[in-house]
Amino acid sequence: MAFIDYYKVLGLDKTASADDIKKAYRKLARKHHPDMNPNDKEANLKFQQINEANEVLSDPDKRKKYDEYGENWKHAEQFEHAKQQQQQQGYTYGGQTGFEGFGGDFSGEHFSDFFESLFGRGGGSGRRSQAKYRGQDYQAELHLGLREAATTHQHTLKVNDQNVRITIPAGIANGQVIKLKGHGAPGGNGGPAGDLYITFIVEDDEHFKRSGDDLYANVDVDLYAALLGGEITFDTLNGKVKLKVKPETQNGTKVRLKGKGFPKYKKEGEAGDLIITYNVILPTGLSEKEKELIRELASVSSKN
Amino acid sequence: MISITHYCTIHNIDTSFIHALADEGLIVLTIATDGPFIEEEQLPDLESYTRWHYEMGVNTEGIDVIRHLLDRIRNMQGEMHNLRMRLNLYENGD
Repeated sequence: MAFIDYYKVLGLDKTASADDIKKAYRKLARKHHPDMNPNDKEANLKFQQINEANEVLSDPDKRKKYDEYGENWKHAEQFEHAKQQQQQQGYTYGGQTGFEGFGGDFSGEHFSDFFESLFGRGGGSGRRSQAKYRGQDYQAELHLGLREAATTHQHTLKVNDQNVRITIPAGIANGQVIKLKGHGAPGGNGGPAGDLYITFIVEDDEHFKRSGDDLYANVDVDLYAALLGGEITFDTLNGKVKLKVKPETQNGTKVRLKGKGFPKYKKEGEAGDLIITYNVILPTGLSEKEKELIRELASVSSKN
Repeated sequence: MISITHYCTIHNIDTSFIHALADEGLIVLTIATDGPFIEEEQLPDLESYTRWHYEMGVNTEGIDVIRHLLDRIRNMQGEMHNLRMRLNLYENGD
């Protein structure tokens, strides 16, 4: 755990006034606040650092303590302890360390280990992120396999120590967000709870690629079936299909199977298309006899 | 429905800020006999605007500009996501 220079985080020096701190915080918050940087985890992290620096430097008690111990923060606890013993000589007390009692509701606040070691866990004042009224929104990611996302199924999530059962309709898109109203942090002062936003991440599948409701797959066809025609069996998401390979099929030929793709979201019985690309495989490890026949074929072809 | 007076008391802010937002068309107030209210659906937006104004010093005109730019960012992020998905079809040698 390293020392954090809060003055540096806000771009200030130690002589900064309360007004300088407020101005520096506002300027940086306008740039890095998560409200201004949707879906940007880096900005979110940067803002946490700025918020923490402001939390310390804009609070006279915390700033005094931070300035007093500075880089010797590791010894802060024992110094405080010794100081209290001196001050309270003659009184009985129960081993208080002086690092508790800032109080407040700390849900949603993220402080570094350095901050917590200096001010205790929950050392934040909660001035900004504490729910004054409407509770904080929660963001969560749910990863699904492609085949899992192709069927309507139920999923149980644990939110605020409560199990929330959700039904995920077939056909959910990668990156789609679902809002569960009132499943965020509880509100304060009689305000409503926040919402829970679940972003679905649909993983790639080794056999299929998805674009909207269409699925794409490659199918290997041997040279002879490609030349003379034939039949191959293919596993779609909902069962096997027989594919007719026309004679003289070229490598890269595409076949569209209507309604055999991905289920359409909240449109029961409807699905996109499955687009199959034939990948003609040339034989390898030819025997002498095969080579001879191919040479003969080549000479016949060149005469035509 | 949420009472504006109640909201302002809890956030320790002046009601004139809420009326300035309404004048700018950023929120819609419902006027009742016991004062102005907003629909609960507007609350997340109102709380964002309150943060922007009181924590970052943005005025109501600035809030309107930011709101438009954020809409554009979100639309562009959606478009980028769709393009990435399409690009994925052609990647990995397939």
